[in-house]
Amino acid sequence: MVIVGASAAGLTAAETLRRRGWNGELTLIGEESRPPYDRPPLSKQILTGAWEPERAALRTLRDLDRLKADLRLGHRAVALDVPGRRVHLEGGENIGFDGLVIATGVAPRRLPDSDLAGVHVLRTLDDAIALRAALLAGPRVVVVGAGFLGTEVAAAARVMGLEVTVAEPEPVPVRRPFGDRVGELVADLHRDHGTRVRCGVGVRRLHGAGGRVTGVELGDGTTLPADVVVQALGSTPATGWLSGSGLRLRDGVDCDALCEAAPGIYAAGDVASWFNPHFGTRMRLEHRMNATEQAMAAVGNLLGDATPFAPVPYFWTDQYDTRIQAYGISPPDAEMRIVYGDPSDGHFAAAYGHHGRVVGVLGWNAPRQVRTLRHLVVDSAPWAAFAATPALDPATVN
Amino acid sequence: MKVIVDQNKCVASGQCVLSAPDAFDQREEDGIVVLLTEKPPDGLADDVRQAAALCPAQAIWVEEEEKKE
Repeated sequence: MVIVGASAAGLTAAETLRRRGWNGELTLIGEESRPPYDRPPLSKQILTGAWEPERAALRTLRDLDRLKADLRLGHRAVALDVPGRRVHLEGGENIGFDGLVIATGVAPRRLPDSDLAGVHVLRTLDDAIALRAALLAGPRVVVVGAGFLGTEVAAAARVMGLEVTVAEPEPVPVRRPFGDRVGELVADLHRDHGTRVRCGVGVRRLHGAGGRVTGVELGDGTTLPADVVVQALGSTPATGWLSGSGLRLRDGVDCDALCEAAPGIYAAGDVASWFNPHFGTRMRLEHRMNATEQAMAAVGNLLGDATPFAPVPYFWTDQYDTRIQAYGISPPDAEMRIVYGDPSDGHFAAAYGHHGRVVGVLGWNAPRQVRTLRHLVVDSAPWAAFAATPALDPATVN
Repeated sequence: MKVIVDQNKCVASGQCVLSAPDAFDQREEDGIVVLLTEKPPDGLADDVRQAAALCPAQAIWVEEEEKKE
């Protein structure tokens, strides 16, 4: 068995193979030379310095030893030969397989001129260490993009006492995962903490002098002065090494409901696009929880389970002292109703209704409540039951 | 089996309670993990292992009984 990608999904795939009693040869290939580490803390505890980088490690070296796997860290896969059942590595080596799990994740998108000094991305632990070092110099910070990563980085930099602006072309932050109303609450949360939020205007270009970034010019012609710019523009699936393999690549590696891309070849985690039967739609999730769940499911199917992967996605974000957690999905035309608490108190839970069913629930500083509401999504509960509960609309928010 | 939780790493996802409700709970105020039993009975062992594997914060460890290899 060969697993390409040694982050959360790849490591879970390897551990699941062993936990399920598979005792044959196992190779785990990872592009980075660091042992597997966890990514959610990178934009939070690692950036603020609350944790030393070592604390993000996913396993001890002893745990990795126990896997009895050929751990090829610092090795990049460059091609896949599907009919020949081989993975080719940079440098010319190739490794044969009977079963393969692709877990190569995503790569961050960049702006033009992103090679100016002071312009950062945040995907790897090394990225986080470099960005933290830059933030310690006390710069003016502009974060481009207000998704989960951008808003978390902005919050971390602000907590460090820096002057921070987050710029986002959408009308509100985190609009795609949470919708307009929660996005407006997140914008308020940032403004309340002294972070500037510039939504509804895109970035036109970066300004630099002497090879260093000096500012970010927005679409409306204004320029935000900046010593550090963080690009949080989303990611693209890391499938370059699969071009020419014959695997279908659209938004990531195209898999069926079993997470299978071709006979004996599965994909899991950020890179995998699959058909989720629970929601009747194709998905590709860049969520921590999915990396684990999908790797377990893909390996189970590699071992013959034949069980469609039909999860209710779980994801969360921590910003300042606020923890937002959600299950399910939030289509753009979903309705939202408050099912617990009150947004003006800073504790509430809401449900998302779509086509007559509950498709998502969200908790804002309400962890126990959102967990107990999860079953509404699992059961696709009828939305009509919530007709009398108050809508979460802009009037409620302010 | 022995179970250890790290409340400082916990992100209050509640996945452990969903996997093994007889072994884990969440604090009322912030949802942080509460371990109900350090040495769960054999009947709970698989659920507890699943909880440890699924925890998105790596905040649960399971120490299995030492076996001779």
